[in-house]
Amino acid sequence: MTELRIMRGREWSRPVRPARREVLSAVPEVEEGRPPLLFVPGFGHGAWAFAEHWLGHAASRGFPAYALSLRGHGGSEPAPEATLRAYAHDVVQVAAGLPRQAVLVGHGAGALVVAHALARYPARGAVLVAPVFGGWGMLSTAVRRNPAGTLPAVFGGPLRLSRAQLFSRELPDEEARRYVARLGRAGRRAQWALLGEPEAEPAVGAPPVLVLGSPDDRVVPASTLTRIARRYGSAPLLFPGMGHDLMLDARWAEPIDAILDWLEKEPAAR
Amino acid sequence: MSTSTDHGRPDPDATPSAQSPEGRPLSDRGDTVCVIGAGASGLTAIKNLREHGFGVDCYERETGVGGAWNWRHDRSPVYASTHLLSSKPFTQFPDFPMPDSWPDYPHHSQLLAYFERYADHFDLRSHVWFGTEVIRVEPAEGDRWDVTTRSTGGYGPERTSRYAAVVIANGHNWSPKLPRYEGLEEFRGEIMHASSYKDPAQLRGKRVLVVGAGNTGCDIAVEAAQQASRCWHSTRRGYWYAPKYVLGRPADQVNDALLALRVPLRVRQWLYHWTLRLTVGDLTRFGLPKPDHRVYETHPIANSQLVYYVGHGGIGPVPDLARFRPYAVELADGREIDPDLVIFATGYLPRFEFLDASVFGDSAGTGRPTLWLNAFTPGHPTLAVAGLVQPDSGMFTLAHWQTVLFARLLQARRDRPERAAAFAQRVRDRAGERYSGQVKDSSRHWFEVGHADYLRAVQRALHDLEAK
Repeated sequence: MTELRIMRGREWSRPVRPARREVLSAVPEVEEGRPPLLFVPGFGHGAWAFAEHWLGHAASRGFPAYALSLRGHGGSEPAPEATLRAYAHDVVQVAAGLPRQAVLVGHGAGALVVAHALARYPARGAVLVAPVFGGWGMLSTAVRRNPAGTLPAVFGGPLRLSRAQLFSRELPDEEARRYVARLGRAGRRAQWALLGEPEAEPAVGAPPVLVLGSPDDRVVPASTLTRIARRYGSAPLLFPGMGHDLMLDARWAEPIDAILDWLEKEPAAR
Repeated sequence: MSTSTDHGRPDPDATPSAQSPEGRPLSDRGDTVCVIGAGASGLTAIKNLREHGFGVDCYERETGVGGAWNWRHDRSPVYASTHLLSSKPFTQFPDFPMPDSWPDYPHHSQLLAYFERYADHFDLRSHVWFGTEVIRVEPAEGDRWDVTTRSTGGYGPERTSRYAAVVIANGHNWSPKLPRYEGLEEFRGEIMHASSYKDPAQLRGKRVLVVGAGNTGCDIAVEAAQQASRCWHSTRRGYWYAPKYVLGRPADQVNDALLALRVPLRVRQWLYHWTLRLTVGDLTRFGLPKPDHRVYETHPIANSQLVYYVGHGGIGPVPDLARFRPYAVELADGREIDPDLVIFATGYLPRFEFLDASVFGDSAGTGRPTLWLNAFTPGHPTLAVAGLVQPDSGMFTLAHWQTVLFARLLQARRDRPERAAAFAQRVRDRAGERYSGQVKDSSRHWFEVGHADYLRAVQRALHDLEAK
């Protein structure tokens, strides 16, 4: 990992331009003193992806749950020129606006955004769900599986993930089609950043990090999950038989229950 | 977040484990660190020490957080119109940004809200003893510290606790510095220090003389131009009055674009002079004295309105004061003016009345401590001062990194003592180091640092402490 950086000349002299952000939430009826969760969707997804199942489920188990749409996604302000830094800024802004120190949960490329946000906000803990950290290996996998949806992104076009990449066969066709139709796109500069596998600065406040995913994910291979988990000093939790979008797939309850169980047991995240 | 080193609040009955030299009962707080003050620097000290696994007891003489920025506090110097002088990116804590919806230069009430949110977000209040002042801090054996406290105002019993380390964050903008003038006692008009200036209504309809061209003096002069019937502004020398915006952006952000490129000081000074000439213009045309120094050699003044009001006749620039007469003030150039209110915006001096001056190597009693990185004391490895800096930028970022460095130093004392020893040696060798270009020699500039030079020095210190 890179070194802790105190001098941040570029961030001081060119701060990220503010943007209106959509934040959806579900909070438990009785405050139980549990840390708030902030869900960060991946590229193309909005806060809606977590509002379907995970927000409500987390709230029903006593965790205040929030999800944001990164700029240019869902109900947030359009931002075609958004960068990875702007996305990380969005996450840190929302996290710092929550009443108490939050746990960041990033999905897909949202996990990469969370990894960068962790260098600017001392989260109580972090969960990386099917993390897409970029790099050429991941690109070649995606091109092999879905050339028509992936190649345009290399030239600044939209990245279109297919139903087969995102969901297992267990998910009813009609539901899957509905979700795929809701997908948007990330800014091209942010998409290009994925090619370089941009390395994050070390997390501040040494939060515990959980990595989870599916060995049958057609976007993130199991070997990548293991590599990223090792970087944070652990092994990935695996949910066989699920697609990339664990929060929307047929068995969505298993991963979120595992995350909440982990939070209840992890002393530093309590 | 709770950790094993969290001892909760000290309980005087539970641990009367030792006696102080004078035989007073002493509660031993183990590895806990004591933080003095719950202002900006104290809060970030609590947060960062907790984050590094230390238990913290913080003592705060007031009943709320925010220190100088809490206008309810009797030592708060803020006035109704106080706004930030540095824009948001330079002012906020580096890991807790101010909301995007706030302006470039927030108001002091927003800053207080920011500190309150910071305290709640990281659950800091449970570590603070409010309404408790520290009256003595004495070194004890094993580099530990005996801290004696009592209720603010002096009633109630004294209590002494022994701590592993102490962070002094008592602020340096609360003890007014008043210059001496011949005849000041005979002057029949009203005299106040800027610390008691709260509201422009205090100026309305009066003939006001403002002394001092710090940022506060300039702010008050501008308000007097708007409210008073007459305003004079006395300055010792000519200054550079920098606008808060240049090229449509906050001026400090433009300046740091050059700093980030490591443009040399001389070139930056030249560019700055050139920009000011184009935007503000020739100050002598307005009757203001020509600056006797280059920009960056005195603490920067960020005020877009002062020159504007001089140009509108609202502010009459005058030189230094020579002496006071019962109904007039004589100026250094022999002129006489007749104000009925004189406001001394002449700054503040730091005070550590709870600490023996010898601890800070200040045997002469000048009040100026000899420190490394404005924070570390030779010979006292477990003592740090937070926020004793006067940067050309926001200071909370600096206090944040000072306390992170101190927390990591305390960790190193435990885990890698040889590193901590090397750090202590550097403190002895380099105490008194400056982190700015040449500045005018006055108590105003005792703690003046350039934020880039200073933070680079902290970054190096952190790196030396933790390098493999």
